[in-house]
Amino acid sequence: MKYALIDYTLHLADTTLILAQRNAEWCGHGPILEQDIAITNITLDLLGQSRNFYQYAASLIGHNASEDSLAYLRKEREFKNLLLVEQPNKDWGQTTLRQFLFSQFHFFLLEQLQKGNDTQLAAIAEKSIKETTYHVRWSSEWVIRLGDGTEESHQRMENAIEELWRYTDEMFTPVEYENESSVDFKELKTKWLNNVKKVFAEATLTIPENEFMQTGGKSGVHTEHLGYILSDLQYLQRTFPGATW
Amino acid sequence: MVNTATIEEAKIRALLETVKDPEIPVLSIIDLGMLREIKIKDDKIEVVFTPTYSGCPATDMISATIKMVLQENGYSNVKITSVLSPAWTTDWMTEEGKKKLKSYGIAPPNPKQQVCHQELFLPDEAVQCPRCDSWNTHRISEFGSTACKALYQCDDCKEPFDYFKCH
Repeated sequence: MKYALIDYTLHLADTTLILAQRNAEWCGHGPILEQDIAITNITLDLLGQSRNFYQYAASLIGHNASEDSLAYLRKEREFKNLLLVEQPNKDWGQTTLRQFLFSQFHFFLLEQLQKGNDTQLAAIAEKSIKETTYHVRWSSEWVIRLGDGTEESHQRMENAIEELWRYTDEMFTPVEYENESSVDFKELKTKWLNNVKKVFAEATLTIPENEFMQTGGKSGVHTEHLGYILSDLQYLQRTFPGATW
Repeated sequence: MVNTATIEEAKIRALLETVKDPEIPVLSIIDLGMLREIKIKDDKIEVVFTPTYSGCPATDMISATIKMVLQENGYSNVKITSVLSPAWTTDWMTEEGKKKLKSYGIAPPNPKQQVCHQELFLPDEAVQCPRCDSWNTHRISEFGSTACKALYQCDDCKEPFDYFKCH
């Protein structure tokens, strides 16, 4: 039971950390200043959430585990983040679509965790859901703006859907450590799909049918991208163990 | 009835009034509504506070400052506890805090029920310009210089300003 909770908490921590790291790549490169600030603000929220999850996981693990050791010193195969969040930024369309697909899911997940049987996860969820509400709105607006925008922006959104859709089902496919969790994956998927359909309709975008769905991230089997992210993220602590400033 | 614990608590509260948010130095943690409780048992003091945004970089500094201020004033046995639930909300900001924000040039948060929902492409929330008091303003960006702010501009005096957004 305790191990499942640790793994599940690490899954939440890794997912929010890796998405934060991906979004942070936009820092200084956003299409306009206000949106550069927006995406990095979202990064900061996600990083804060991941710190809360890591701190909780560290307290469950005990010994000398800390939020830093969990984020900086675990190997690729130990990371349990969703495959979706490690996918490259590519263009603004793919970045905002990735954020949209994730935030819509994250919102309903946090809603459930808030009422779940683990009080600390519930507390973190209660705090995080407020920020996530902003992320949902911001990313939904971008999907509509670009999908229902110019021919070029529409095409790019179609390409992004082509690229990312196959990673969405992983969110609703429980792995071993999720078997005992109180999350209702079926309800989660229904609510998520409902909202995605609504936004896609307004964005004149279509949901792919019968696409092959890729899973694996939650149990440590990642796409080739995660290794590169971690070598950036962990470089300093690997080179100068214990470095502080 | 006054006992020593309440006197001590009042003293500590006064000291905590000097702990400011490093990002918005006119606001103390009490103005922000971050202070939840002061627990005193013999010479042990526990300060319980609620962080504002999950990723706010000021949180670690605030908790270090609390410790430092109390130690400088002779309280050596201090424990800082951060609690996440109930989650902090801008509704906890004091009226005094809102006044200070406004005179600092940041529009204070509107009551919460107005904007915390998921509807898309809503008209901008009506926010009063902290400089000329005009309501003729528009939102430039939902995200501003820190996690807690949005960026607005006044259409009368033309000044851009920060709005401490509802949370």
